[in-house]
Amino acid sequence: MNTTYEYIPKEKFEFKQLDANLHDKKLETKSRGYFADAMIRFKKNKSSVVAAWIILFLVVFSILSPIISINDIKTYDDTYTNHPPFIKAIADMEIGIFDGAIPRKSQSETQKLIWEAIGKETGLNPVIRVVGTTVQQEKYRGQMRDVTYYELENNKYYERGIVYRVLSYEEFAKIQQFQNETGIQVIYPYVESKDINGIKDNPNIWYAVSDAKGTPKLDKNGDFIPVYSTNEAMAGAEYNSLRIEGDPGNYIYSYAKSGAVHVRICYYNYYQYVNGHEPTFLFGTNVLGQCIFTAIGVGARFSLIFAVIVSAINLTIGAIYGAIQGYYGGAVDMVMDRIADILNGIPFIVVTTLFQLHLAQKVGILPSFLFAFVLTGWLGMAALTRKQFYRFKGQEFVLAARTLGASDWRLMFKHIFPNSLGTIITSCALVIPGVINSETSMTYLGIINLQETFGTSIGVLMSQGQTAMTSAPHAMIFPSIFISLLLISFNLFGNGLRDAFNPSMRGVDD
Amino acid sequence: MLKYTIQRILFMLLTLFVIIGMCFMLIRMLPPAQLDPTDIHKDIIEARREAMGYNKPLLVQFGIFLRDVLLHWDWGVSDKLYVGREVFSIFAEKMPATIIVNIYSIILSIPIGILLGIFAALKKNTWIDHTISTLTMVVISVPSFVYAFVIQYVFSYKLGWLPFLMNPGTDYFTWDMFVSMLPAVMSLSFGVIAGFTRTTRAELTEVLTSEFMLLARTKGLTKAQATIRHALKNCMVVILPSIFGQFIGVMSGSLIIEKIFSIPGVGQLYINSINAPDYPMFIMNTAFYTTIGLAASIVVDISYGLIDPRIRMGSKK
Repeated sequence: MNTTYEYIPKEKFEFKQLDANLHDKKLETKSRGYFADAMIRFKKNKSSVVAAWIILFLVVFSILSPIISINDIKTYDDTYTNHPPFIKAIADMEIGIFDGAIPRKSQSETQKLIWEAIGKETGLNPVIRVVGTTVQQEKYRGQMRDVTYYELENNKYYERGIVYRVLSYEEFAKIQQFQNETGIQVIYPYVESKDINGIKDNPNIWYAVSDAKGTPKLDKNGDFIPVYSTNEAMAGAEYNSLRIEGDPGNYIYSYAKSGAVHVRICYYNYYQYVNGHEPTFLFGTNVLGQCIFTAIGVGARFSLIFAVIVSAINLTIGAIYGAIQGYYGGAVDMVMDRIADILNGIPFIVVTTLFQLHLAQKVGILPSFLFAFVLTGWLGMAALTRKQFYRFKGQEFVLAARTLGASDWRLMFKHIFPNSLGTIITSCALVIPGVINSETSMTYLGIINLQETFGTSIGVLMSQGQTAMTSAPHAMIFPSIFISLLLISFNLFGNGLRDAFNPSMRGVDD
Repeated sequence: MLKYTIQRILFMLLTLFVIIGMCFMLIRMLPPAQLDPTDIHKDIIEARREAMGYNKPLLVQFGIFLRDVLLHWDWGVSDKLYVGREVFSIFAEKMPATIIVNIYSIILSIPIGILLGIFAALKKNTWIDHTISTLTMVVISVPSFVYAFVIQYVFSYKLGWLPFLMNPGTDYFTWDMFVSMLPAVMSLSFGVIAGFTRTTRAELTEVLTSEFMLLARTKGLTKAQATIRHALKNCMVVILPSIFGQFIGVMSGSLIIEKIFSIPGVGQLYINSINAPDYPMFIMNTAFYTTIGLAASIVVDISYGLIDPRIRMGSKK
């Protein structure tokens, strides 16, 4: 093979590219910052995103519920206490929810008739449905006979039925006016106890009875026989308002009682007269008669605002303390660390109690509670910041800045701190549920009493719910669901944030 | 190691001294509890107060308090809750209930927690792992009084299997008593189980990916052998100290659970002493709780060194 490279004719060369300038391709993708990057990682974590939405929902709930609720937290009714959820419009649909239902087990025939009589008189029948009947053999006056027991589901609001009230003449006239305007019967005709076998303590009996227990005498059609008083001489005040159905015009509606009138009023309707609306409790009422729907909102507002304030203060103090500790190191670090150690040894409950005993009188319950959280709360944040500072302070960029003449303060908060910000922010998201948890525990135990200042708090609601757990489980269930959901989603959200900001920490829990 | 231990213990005593000193002063600055003039114990308590220097300067009072406690183990007399009785004897009476309930809960929960953690780590990134991890997360987040409510409502009320409250009395080792403790034990256990599951899972997943595990498999061990002999041993470096910490912590009990299930333990005593308020009882309890907290952290730190020689070496430098 004889090839000479010395002379290659010019025409054998050809240009590869002539039409454009040659340079690196421009980057097509947009550059992403640290936070945008973290955001993308966060969005990939489905459970955290869901948790974030739940938190948003709960926050909106806590803001809105006291506003949209028709029940005020400070004015509550002391008769409808521990009553289950009830909304009249939904109850009337008879689908088994929001009907104020409570189970009534083994009710005798007489008792069932008394319930039904309430419905007959007021039109609000407490018996929603008969769940079951049992027939028992019982000895009665020396003979065995069958006795029927019913298992009922009753509307607790209607069960109250008629109550006795002593009203002033003025009040009596006002209710009559209310009746005329709205057409709602509040006052029912008076029944004298001599007509009902001397029964004095049961205002719900308006029919002829055969014994002192209230067993009704029925007429031949099986109906109750009304025994309303027609004794004009005993009437307490003039009555010219709505009369009940079947009133021939001579029933008396009140009973004179030394400068006032004694009347039978239907409590459900009387509630409407007092409050201007029907009893409507989406989550029922607690032991005080507060609407739980409103109360959760009020309590949650407090918890959330409190937790955010505490976290913000602790974050600031902790970051500054930790920064100084971590940056200077050496003897400064050691002394400050010992101080932190001593504070760390004090149980939280002791701090709270001592602050309550000493400061609550002077600055109020709430500020002293806040101080208690701040006193030891920043320790975790300080330790975290200190660790981050130890990590970054020896690195080249810090050295470079120092060589350029940056002051200590500038180095700490312009150069090192922003680098540890991700870690600090994420731990803040995990501090909030911790604060809420401790706050709820303290109010639950009754060490802090927020009832006078705020009306209620989640912890108070739960300790109230605990007292009537079996008869009114709703008073415990709704606050429990709320607080659990809040804490779970805050923790999930915090974990998601941490994973997003520090991908290297993923899966390492604590 | 010994030097380190002694250092830690000395510092703990200093911390304890400072904390108790502060609490003591703060409490003694408050007016002492009013005594009922008709009470027969009034004279005794007033005499004791005089002896404890209630009318002397605070520092002198603290000196007297320290002398009484250190030389005679005398913590004063209760002046509100158990009028006229020695604080420490009441406290000692309350101790067994707390310890027994908590020991049951630990015996129940630590094995379950560790097993669940191992299971989750071995099945890492499968649905089993995800379920266990999520449940752990949920259980850790929910406060203990919610469990207490659920357990009381479901097991005690709806099903009627367990009693609502712990039986009164002091015969702790009868079957009835055990059954009546169960609701409290269960409520306490949830959190502990979840905690151990989380720690175990986190540690074990880390260890399972390390290279010596690969070597162990290469030299012919089965997966089970390798996990038990090599991975678990390394996990224990973290898990054992927290078990020790738990055991120290049993004495402090749980304030909330003891209140809900009416366990006659120290937690309830503490709450009552705060709400009464009974100051001598409060100071004694505070000292106790602080000691327990500090002791637990020391035990955890030192046991790290005892278990893992590498950490021990590190502390010497």
